Amino acid sequence: MKAPPKSARPRKAKPAAVTPSEWDLRLYVAGPTTKSAAALRNLEKLCEEHLPGRYHIEVIDLIKNPQLAQGDQIMAVPTVVRKLPSPIRKIIGNLSDAERVLVGLDLRSREADPSAGRNGG
Amino acid sequence: MTPMKKMKKSPAPKTLAKSATGIRGLDEITGGGLPAGRPTLVCGGAGCGKTLLSMEFLVRGATEFGEPGVFIAFEETTEELTENVASLGIDLQALVASKKLLLDYIFVDRSEFQETGEYDLEGLFIRLGYAIDSIKAKRVVLDTIEVLFGALPNQSIVRAELRRLFRWLKEKGVTVIMTGERGDGTLTRFGLEEYVSDCVISLDHRVVDQVTTRRIRVVKYRGTTHGTNEYPFLIEEDGISIWPITSVQMEHTASIERIPTGIERLDTMLGGMGFYRGSSILLSGTAGTGKTGVATTFADATCRRGERCLYISFEESPSQIIRNTGTIGLDLQQWVKAGRLQIQTVRPFYHGLEMHLARTIKAVSEFDPQVVIIDPISGLDTTGTPLEIKAALMRLLDFLKLKGITVMLTDLTLGSGSALDSTDATIPSLVDTWLMLRDLETNGERNRGLHVLKSRGMGHSNQVREFMVTATGIRLTDVYIGPTGMLTGSARVSQESRERAERVSLNEEGERQQLALECKRAALEAQIAALRAAFSGEEAIITRSFSKDRLREASVALDEAAMGRSRKGDAVKSSGNRARQNGVGGKLS
Repeated sequence: MKAPPKSARPRKAKPAAVTPSEWDLRLYVAGPTTKSAAALRNLEKLCEEHLPGRYHIEVIDLIKNPQLAQGDQIMAVPTVVRKLPSPIRKIIGNLSDAERVLVGLDLRSREADPSAGRNGG
Repeated sequence: MTPMKKMKKSPAPKTLAKSATGIRGLDEITGGGLPAGRPTLVCGGAGCGKTLLSMEFLVRGATEFGEPGVFIAFEETTEELTENVASLGIDLQALVASKKLLLDYIFVDRSEFQETGEYDLEGLFIRLGYAIDSIKAKRVVLDTIEVLFGALPNQSIVRAELRRLFRWLKEKGVTVIMTGERGDGTLTRFGLEEYVSDCVISLDHRVVDQVTTRRIRVVKYRGTTHGTNEYPFLIEEDGISIWPITSVQMEHTASIERIPTGIERLDTMLGGMGFYRGSSILLSGTAGTGKTGVATTFADATCRRGERCLYISFEESPSQIIRNTGTIGLDLQQWVKAGRLQIQTVRPFYHGLEMHLARTIKAVSEFDPQVVIIDPISGLDTTGTPLEIKAALMRLLDFLKLKGITVMLTDLTLGSGSALDSTDATIPSLVDTWLMLRDLETNGERNRGLHVLKSRGMGHSNQVREFMVTATGIRLTDVYIGPTGMLTGSARVSQESRERAERVSLNEEGERQQLALECKRAALEAQIAALRAAFSGEEAIITRSFSKDRLREASVALDEAAMGRSRKGDAVKSSGNRARQNGVGGKLS
C-alpha cells in the first residue's frame, strides 16, 4: 500500500547462492505459461553470462501468492524486479531482447565501467 | 421522484438489473442505478468530481446496500484518497477496518521499467481478483485505468488486455465504475468508451460568466430509458446530490384550502380567505414598497399555524431579516428556534441559475416546508437570460405545485410609475396571484398602495388599499377616493379631517334652521291664537246684540199683542210677521 515500491524486506532469504548475492532478482509470473517459462530461461541465461555466482533469482507465482503482487506493484507479467543492488528496476515482458534486459538491469553500463560495477551494492 | 415513476413504467417485462448508487438524484435519472454486473464509464475533465462520485458509489454500496467495494486508485495513494474524502465526512479507515471497503493503489511509472518482449496484464487481474475475493466485493472502481496507456508503451497489448479485463469483470459479476479523463472532442482521452458499451456518464464543470456549475449527464445507458438532460449537481458536506427537475407536468391537484396571508384586510381583498394552498404568489413592487414586509408577515403567519416555511433570501442575512422584522412587530427568531422557519441566504452570483434551482429543490426536499418564499426572484436576473430564468422558474413552480407547496415570489421592479411597472411580463403568467405594491407619490410624500392585479379562482377586490408598515405589523386602509382623485398618506388624513369639519358645520347650520323654524312656528301659533281671540270677541258681541234684538222683538210682539188685545184687532197678521222674523233669527244663530 505504500506509494513508491521501497519495500526492501528480505523475503524468504534462500541460501541458494554460495555467497550472499549482490544481485537479488525476483521474477513474477502467473502460472506456468510459455511466457513465464521463456522469461525464466532468458533471465537465467543472462545472469549466468554476466553475473556468474553473484545473483539470486526468486520466482514468485502470483496465482499461488496473489497477495505478493501489491508489494512490488506488479501489473504486467512476467516482470523481473531487481531488488538489489538498489535502486529498484523493473523489466516487463518475456525478456527476449537481451540487449534491453541488460540496459534495464543496468548491466550494460556497469560492464562498460568496471570500477562502478564491483562495488555497486 | 416523478421521473423515476415514469421510468419504472416504461421498460419491458424483464428489466435490466440495476445497482443503486444511493447518490441522491443519480438513481432517478438512471432509473434505479448503474447496470449491475457491468462496467460504467464516468468521464469528465479535471476536477469535475469523478473520483468523488465513484467513491460515494462504493461507500454507499458498503454502508447502505451491504455490497463491499474495491477502489483501485492509479493516481492517488490510499492515504491521499482517505484524506481527500474525509472532508466530505466519509471515514474510509473505518470501512476498510470492517472489511467493507478495500483501497489499493497501483503505481505505474513509465520511467521505472523496461519493456522487452511479450507480456500481459495478468498481474493486474490477479491483484484485482485477489482484492475482490478477499472482501467479496460487489462493486469495483478503477480510477483511472487510462494511466496504463501512458505507462505501457505497447498500446496494442493495453487495448487487448483492457478488453479482456472488462470481459473478466463481467464474468465476476461485479458492478464497475471506471473513470476517464475527457479528451479533446472525445469523451475520454484514450477512447475508453469503446470498452464500455453499457453505461456512460459524463460529468462537466463549466464556467459561465465566472460562475461554475457542475453538471451530470447520462450519455448512454443501454437497455433502459434514462434522463437525457444535463443536470446540475452539488458537492457538499454530505456528498454528491443531483436534483433533477424534469417534471414539467401539470398534473397537480388544485387545493381548495385557503391560507391566510397574515394581513387581515389582505385576506378580505382575496375573496375573504387568503391564498389558495399550493398556489403561487407574485409580489412585485419597486424598492422600499414593503415586499419583504409582506413576505415575512406571511412567513410569520405560516409558522404561527404550526407549518414550516422556507425563506430564501438573496439580499439579506438571516439575522438582518430577523432584526428588521422585529421593527414591524414580528418575532421570527422564535420560529427559527422552533424549527419552523428556515432562512437561507445566498448571493445570486455565487451559483448559476441551475445551481440555485438545485439548491432550492434540495432545501425543499430536506426541510419539507408548506410555504416557500423567494425574496426576490429578480436577484436571479444576473444568472441567465430571461428565457432561461422563465424556464427555470416554471420548473421550480411546477415542482412546488406538485408537492402542494405555496410559494411566494417577490420581484423588485424598477418602476417609473407606470401601472404594471417593469415586472417581466413572462413571470405573471406563471403565477396564480399577483399582488402589486406601488409607490403613490403626491404632495412631496411617498405612500404605498397595494393592488390585487390578479388572483385566479377567487373574487378579489379591485380596489387599491393604502398599505402601511407600522410597529405592530402591516395594516391596510382604504384610500380616499373623492372628486379630487385618490389621496393617500397625510393628504388622505387632511382630507378626512376636512370632511369631518364640514360635517360638523353642516350640523350646526341644520340646528340653526331648525331653531328658526321653531320660532316661526311659535310666532304663527301666537298669531293664530290672537286671531281666534279677536274672532271670539266679535262673535260674542254679535251674539249678544242678537239676543237683545230678540228680546226687543219679543217685547214688541208682546206690546203689539197687548195693543191688539186692547184694540181687538186681527191677530193673524201678527203671527205671520213673527214667523218671518224667526227664520232670520235661525240663520244668524
